[in-house]
Amino acid sequence: MCVVPPPVPRVDRSRRGDVMTPEELADLAHLRRARDSIDRNYAEPLDVPAMARVALMSPAHFSRRFRAVYGETPYSYLMTRRIERAKALLRQGMSVTDACVTVGCTSLGSFSSRFSEIVGETPSQYRARDHRDVEVIPACVSMVVTRPRRTPGAA
Amino acid sequence: MTVTVSTMFISVHDPDEALTFYRDALGLEVRNDVAADGYRWVTVGSPGSDLDVVLSQPHGGRSQAEGDALLALVTQGSLQAAIFSTENLDETFEKVRASGAEVLQEPVSQPWGARDCAFRDPSGNLVRIAQA
Repeated sequence: MCVVPPPVPRVDRSRRGDVMTPEELADLAHLRRARDSIDRNYAEPLDVPAMARVALMSPAHFSRRFRAVYGETPYSYLMTRRIERAKALLRQGMSVTDACVTVGCTSLGSFSSRFSEIVGETPSQYRARDHRDVEVIPACVSMVVTRPRRTPGAA
Repeated sequence: MTVTVSTMFISVHDPDEALTFYRDALGLEVRNDVAADGYRWVTVGSPGSDLDVVLSQPHGGRSQAEGDALLALVTQGSLQAAIFSTENLDETFEKVRASGAEVLQEPVSQPWGARDCAFRDPSGNLVRIAQA
Protein backbone atom coordinates (compact mmCIF):
# COMPACT_ATOMS: atom_id res chain seq x y z
CA MET A 1 0.00 0.00 0.00
CA CYS A 2 1.26 3.44 -0.81
CA VAL A 3 0.92 6.14 1.79
CA VAL A 4 0.70 9.46 0.04
CA PRO A 5 2.27 12.26 2.02
CA PRO A 6 -0.09 15.23 2.08
CA PRO A 7 1.59 18.27 0.55
CA VAL A 8 2.42 21.10 2.92
CA PRO A 9 -0.28 23.77 2.68
CA ARG A 10 1.11 26.82 0.96
CA VAL A 11 -1.73 29.16 1.63
CA ASP A 12 -3.38 30.58 4.69
CA ARG A 13 -6.91 29.35 4.31
CA SER A 14 -8.25 31.98 6.66
CA ARG A 15 -7.74 34.66 4.03
CA ARG A 16 -9.47 33.22 1.02
CA GLY A 17 -9.84 35.61 -1.84
CA ASP A 18 -11.59 34.79 -5.08
CA VAL A 19 -13.37 31.67 -3.86
CA MET A 20 -15.60 30.03 -6.41
CA THR A 21 -19.18 30.17 -5.27
CA PRO A 22 -21.47 27.12 -5.40
CA GLU A 23 -23.47 29.01 -8.04
CA GLU A 24 -20.40 29.43 -10.27
CA LEU A 25 -19.61 25.74 -9.88
CA ALA A 26 -23.18 24.74 -10.70
CA ASP A 27 -22.98 27.03 -13.73
CA LEU A 28 -19.90 25.20 -15.02
CA ALA A 29 -21.55 21.82 -14.45
CA HIS A 30 -24.62 22.95 -16.42
CA LEU A 31 -22.39 24.13 -19.27
CA ARG A 32 -20.58 20.79 -19.21
CA ARG A 33 -23.87 18.89 -19.49
CA ALA A 34 -24.92 21.05 -22.39
CA ARG A 35 -21.61 20.46 -24.17
CA ASP A 36 -21.79 16.70 -23.48
CA SER A 37 -25.29 16.78 -24.91
CA ILE A 38 -23.98 18.43 -28.08
CA ASP A 39 -21.32 15.73 -28.36
CA ARG A 40 -23.99 13.04 -28.00
CA ASN A 41 -26.82 14.56 -30.03
CA TYR A 42 -24.92 16.43 -32.76
CA ALA A 43 -26.81 14.54 -35.48
CA GLU A 44 -30.17 15.87 -34.30
CA PRO A 45 -31.57 19.24 -35.35
CA LEU A 46 -30.05 21.16 -32.43
CA ASP A 47 -30.34 24.90 -32.08
CA VAL A 48 -29.05 27.28 -29.42
CA PRO A 49 -32.36 27.49 -27.49
CA ALA A 50 -32.43 23.68 -27.25
CA MET A 51 -28.82 23.58 -26.03
CA ALA A 52 -29.52 26.39 -23.56
CA ARG A 53 -32.40 24.43 -22.07
CA VAL A 54 -29.99 21.63 -21.14
CA ALA A 55 -27.85 24.22 -19.36
CA LEU A 56 -30.91 25.72 -17.62
CA MET A 57 -29.98 29.16 -18.98
CA SER A 58 -31.45 31.72 -21.32
CA PRO A 59 -30.06 31.39 -24.86
CA ALA A 60 -28.18 34.70 -24.67
CA HIS A 61 -26.63 33.99 -21.27
CA PHE A 62 -25.81 30.42 -22.34
CA SER A 63 -24.03 31.58 -25.50
CA ARG A 64 -21.99 34.15 -23.57
CA ARG A 65 -20.98 31.74 -20.80
CA PHE A 66 -20.27 28.87 -23.21
CA ARG A 67 -17.97 31.04 -25.27
CA ALA A 68 -16.20 32.37 -22.17
CA VAL A 69 -15.57 28.85 -20.86
CA TYR A 70 -14.89 26.82 -24.01
CA GLY A 71 -13.55 29.48 -26.36
CA GLU A 72 -16.18 29.21 -29.09
CA THR A 73 -19.91 29.74 -29.42
CA PRO A 74 -22.29 26.79 -28.88
CA TYR A 75 -23.25 26.78 -32.56
CA SER A 76 -19.62 26.85 -33.59
CA TYR A 77 -18.89 23.96 -31.20
CA LEU A 78 -21.79 21.97 -32.67
CA MET A 79 -20.58 22.56 -36.23
CA THR A 80 -17.01 21.71 -35.30
CA ARG A 81 -18.28 18.47 -33.76
CA ARG A 82 -20.29 17.68 -36.89
CA ILE A 83 -17.33 18.37 -39.15
CA GLU A 84 -15.10 16.22 -36.95
CA ARG A 85 -17.60 13.33 -37.25
CA ALA A 86 -17.95 13.97 -40.98
CA LYS A 87 -14.18 13.72 -41.37
CA ALA A 88 -14.28 10.29 -39.71
CA LEU A 89 -17.09 9.15 -42.03
CA LEU A 90 -15.31 10.51 -45.12
CA ARG A 91 -12.13 8.69 -44.09
CA GLN A 92 -14.19 5.50 -44.03
CA GLY A 93 -15.30 6.19 -47.60
CA MET A 94 -18.83 7.50 -47.07
CA SER A 95 -20.11 9.84 -49.76
CA VAL A 96 -20.07 13.57 -49.06
CA THR A 97 -23.87 13.82 -49.27
CA ASP A 98 -24.42 10.91 -46.89
CA ALA A 99 -21.81 12.24 -44.45
CA CYS A 100 -23.49 15.64 -44.48
CA VAL A 101 -26.91 14.19 -43.65
CA THR A 102 -25.55 11.66 -41.15
CA VAL A 103 -23.94 14.36 -38.98
CA GLY A 104 -27.13 16.42 -38.87
CA CYS A 105 -26.49 19.08 -41.52
CA THR A 106 -29.48 19.79 -43.72
CA SER A 107 -27.83 21.90 -46.40
CA LEU A 108 -25.02 20.39 -48.45
CA GLY A 109 -23.90 23.85 -49.49
CA SER A 110 -23.45 25.24 -46.01
CA PHE A 111 -21.93 21.93 -44.85
CA SER A 112 -19.32 22.08 -47.60
CA SER A 113 -18.46 25.70 -47.05
CA ARG A 114 -18.20 25.22 -43.27
CA PHE A 115 -16.09 22.10 -43.85
CA SER A 116 -13.75 23.92 -46.21
CA GLU A 117 -13.54 26.89 -43.87
CA ILE A 118 -12.31 24.90 -40.89
CA VAL A 119 -10.55 21.95 -42.54
CA GLY A 120 -8.85 23.89 -45.32
CA GLU A 121 -10.04 21.69 -48.18
CA THR A 122 -13.40 20.60 -49.56
CA PRO A 123 -15.10 17.43 -48.27
CA SER A 124 -14.43 15.74 -51.64
CA GLN A 125 -10.75 16.65 -51.53
CA TYR A 126 -10.50 15.43 -47.94
CA ARG A 127 -12.29 12.17 -48.80
CA ALA A 128 -9.97 11.49 -51.74
CA ARG A 129 -6.79 11.83 -49.68
CA ASP A 130 -4.77 9.00 -48.16
CA HIS A 131 -5.76 8.64 -44.48
CA ARG A 132 -3.76 5.58 -43.47
CA ASP A 133 -1.71 7.63 -41.01
CA VAL A 134 -4.85 8.50 -39.02
CA GLU A 135 -6.49 5.07 -39.06
CA VAL A 136 -3.78 3.40 -36.98
CA ILE A 137 -4.58 5.49 -33.90
CA PRO A 138 -7.68 4.89 -31.73
CA ALA A 139 -10.72 6.93 -32.71
CA CYS A 140 -10.94 8.59 -29.30
CA VAL A 141 -7.44 9.92 -29.93
CA SER A 142 -7.97 10.74 -33.58
CA MET A 143 -11.10 12.65 -32.59
CA VAL A 144 -8.90 14.92 -30.51
CA VAL A 145 -6.00 15.03 -32.95
CA THR A 146 -8.12 15.69 -36.03
CA ARG A 147 -10.53 18.02 -34.27
CA PRO A 148 -10.61 21.15 -36.41
CA ARG A 149 -9.24 24.18 -34.63
CA ARG A 150 -10.61 27.63 -35.18
CA THR A 151 -8.46 30.65 -35.23
CA PRO A 152 -9.40 33.20 -32.55
CA GLY A 153 -12.27 35.38 -33.62
CA ALA A 154 -13.41 33.04 -36.37
CA ALA A 155 -16.34 31.68 -34.35
CA MET B 1 15.44 -1.58 -15.60
CA THR B 2 11.66 -1.40 -15.78
CA VAL B 3 9.76 1.63 -14.59
CA THR B 4 6.14 0.96 -13.69
CA VAL B 5 3.26 3.25 -12.80
CA SER B 6 2.55 2.96 -9.08
CA THR B 7 0.31 5.93 -8.30
CA MET B 8 -1.93 8.19 -10.30
CA PHE B 9 -4.03 11.18 -9.27
CA ILE B 10 -7.57 12.24 -10.09
CA SER B 11 -8.83 15.63 -8.92
CA VAL B 12 -12.26 15.37 -7.34
CA HIS B 13 -14.45 18.07 -5.87
CA ASP B 14 -15.95 16.04 -3.04
CA PRO B 15 -14.23 12.84 -1.83
CA ASP B 16 -17.41 11.26 -0.44
CA GLU B 17 -19.27 11.91 -3.67
CA ALA B 18 -16.30 10.52 -5.60
CA LEU B 19 -16.39 7.33 -3.52
CA THR B 20 -19.97 6.64 -4.56
CA PHE B 21 -18.58 6.42 -8.09
CA TYR B 22 -15.12 4.90 -7.75
CA ARG B 23 -15.83 2.59 -4.78
CA ASP B 24 -19.56 1.86 -4.91
CA ALA B 25 -20.18 1.85 -8.67
CA LEU B 26 -16.79 0.78 -10.10
CA GLY B 27 -15.99 -1.50 -7.17
CA LEU B 28 -12.52 -0.15 -6.32
CA GLU B 29 -11.23 -0.79 -2.80
CA VAL B 30 -10.28 2.06 -0.48
CA ARG B 31 -6.65 1.67 0.58
CA ASN B 32 -5.97 4.87 2.40
CA ASP B 33 -7.75 8.02 3.51
CA VAL B 34 -5.55 10.91 4.64
CA ALA B 35 -6.83 14.25 5.85
CA ALA B 36 -4.74 17.39 6.25
CA ASP B 37 -5.64 21.05 6.51
CA GLY B 38 -9.26 20.30 5.77
CA TYR B 39 -8.59 18.33 2.59
CA ARG B 40 -8.56 14.58 1.92
CA TRP B 41 -6.48 12.26 -0.19
CA VAL B 42 -8.34 8.99 -0.68
CA THR B 43 -6.38 6.15 -2.25
CA VAL B 44 -8.39 3.57 -4.18
CA GLY B 45 -7.42 0.70 -6.43
CA SER B 46 -8.70 -2.38 -8.19
CA PRO B 47 -8.58 -5.57 -6.11
CA GLY B 48 -5.55 -7.50 -7.31
CA SER B 49 -3.86 -4.50 -8.90
CA ASP B 50 -0.88 -2.66 -7.41
CA LEU B 51 -1.81 0.64 -9.03
CA ASP B 52 -2.93 3.23 -6.51
CA VAL B 53 -5.32 5.93 -7.67
CA VAL B 54 -5.41 8.94 -5.37
CA LEU B 55 -8.59 10.99 -5.33
CA SER B 56 -7.42 14.43 -4.27
CA GLN B 57 -9.14 17.78 -3.92
CA PRO B 58 -8.08 20.61 -6.24
CA HIS B 59 -7.34 23.03 -3.40
CA GLY B 60 -5.30 20.58 -1.32
CA GLY B 61 -1.73 21.85 -1.25
CA ARG B 62 -2.47 24.54 -3.81
CA SER B 63 -3.13 28.23 -3.63
CA GLN B 64 -6.72 29.43 -3.80
CA ALA B 65 -6.32 30.69 -7.37
CA GLU B 66 -4.60 27.52 -8.58
CA GLY B 67 -7.19 25.31 -6.85
CA ASP B 68 -10.02 27.36 -8.35
CA ALA B 69 -8.52 27.04 -11.82
CA LEU B 70 -8.16 23.26 -11.50
CA LEU B 71 -11.63 22.86 -10.01
CA ALA B 72 -13.08 24.87 -12.89
CA LEU B 73 -11.37 22.66 -15.48
CA VAL B 74 -12.65 19.51 -13.76
CA THR B 75 -16.20 20.85 -13.39
CA GLN B 76 -16.48 22.14 -16.95
CA GLY B 77 -15.49 18.69 -18.21
CA SER B 78 -12.08 19.51 -19.66
CA LEU B 79 -10.19 16.65 -18.01
CA GLN B 80 -10.02 12.93 -18.62
CA ALA B 81 -9.53 10.80 -15.50
CA ALA B 82 -8.75 7.28 -16.66
CA ILE B 83 -9.73 4.34 -18.83
CA PHE B 84 -10.81 1.30 -16.84
CA SER B 85 -11.24 -2.19 -18.22
CA THR B 86 -13.77 -4.81 -17.17
CA GLU B 87 -14.48 -8.45 -17.99
CA ASN B 88 -18.17 -7.68 -18.44
CA LEU B 89 -18.76 -4.27 -19.98
CA ASP B 90 -22.57 -4.47 -20.14
CA GLU B 91 -22.87 -5.47 -16.49
CA THR B 92 -20.44 -2.73 -15.42
CA PHE B 93 -22.24 -0.16 -17.55
CA GLU B 94 -25.62 -0.99 -16.01
CA LYS B 95 -24.18 -0.85 -12.50
CA VAL B 96 -22.51 2.52 -13.05
CA ARG B 97 -25.58 3.95 -14.79
CA ALA B 98 -27.78 2.74 -11.93
CA SER B 99 -25.56 4.69 -9.55
CA GLY B 100 -26.78 7.88 -11.22
CA ALA B 101 -23.55 8.74 -13.05
CA GLU B 102 -23.92 10.90 -16.17
CA VAL B 103 -23.75 8.67 -19.25
CA LEU B 104 -21.66 10.01 -22.12
CA GLN B 105 -21.73 6.93 -24.29
CA GLU B 106 -23.46 3.56 -24.08
CA PRO B 107 -21.35 0.45 -24.79
CA VAL B 108 -20.38 0.54 -28.45
CA SER B 109 -17.85 -1.21 -30.66
CA GLN B 110 -15.26 1.28 -31.85
CA PRO B 111 -13.82 1.24 -35.38
CA TRP B 112 -10.43 0.16 -34.04
CA GLY B 113 -11.83 -2.95 -32.36
CA ALA B 114 -12.35 -1.96 -28.74
CA ARG B 115 -15.77 -1.97 -27.12
CA ASP B 116 -16.30 0.72 -24.52
CA CYS B 117 -18.62 3.16 -22.78
CA ALA B 118 -18.08 6.55 -21.12
CA PHE B 119 -19.29 8.42 -18.05
CA ARG B 120 -18.61 11.59 -16.11
CA ASP B 121 -17.55 11.00 -12.53
CA PRO B 122 -19.51 13.14 -10.03
CA SER B 123 -16.91 15.93 -10.31
CA GLY B 124 -17.00 16.08 -14.13
CA ASN B 125 -13.97 13.98 -15.10
CA LEU B 126 -14.30 11.85 -18.22
CA VAL B 127 -14.07 8.14 -17.40
CA ARG B 128 -14.06 5.48 -20.10
CA ILE B 129 -14.64 1.79 -19.41
CA ALA B 130 -13.55 -0.79 -21.96
CA GLN B 131 -14.27 -4.47 -22.39
CA ALA B 132 -11.12 -6.37 -21.31
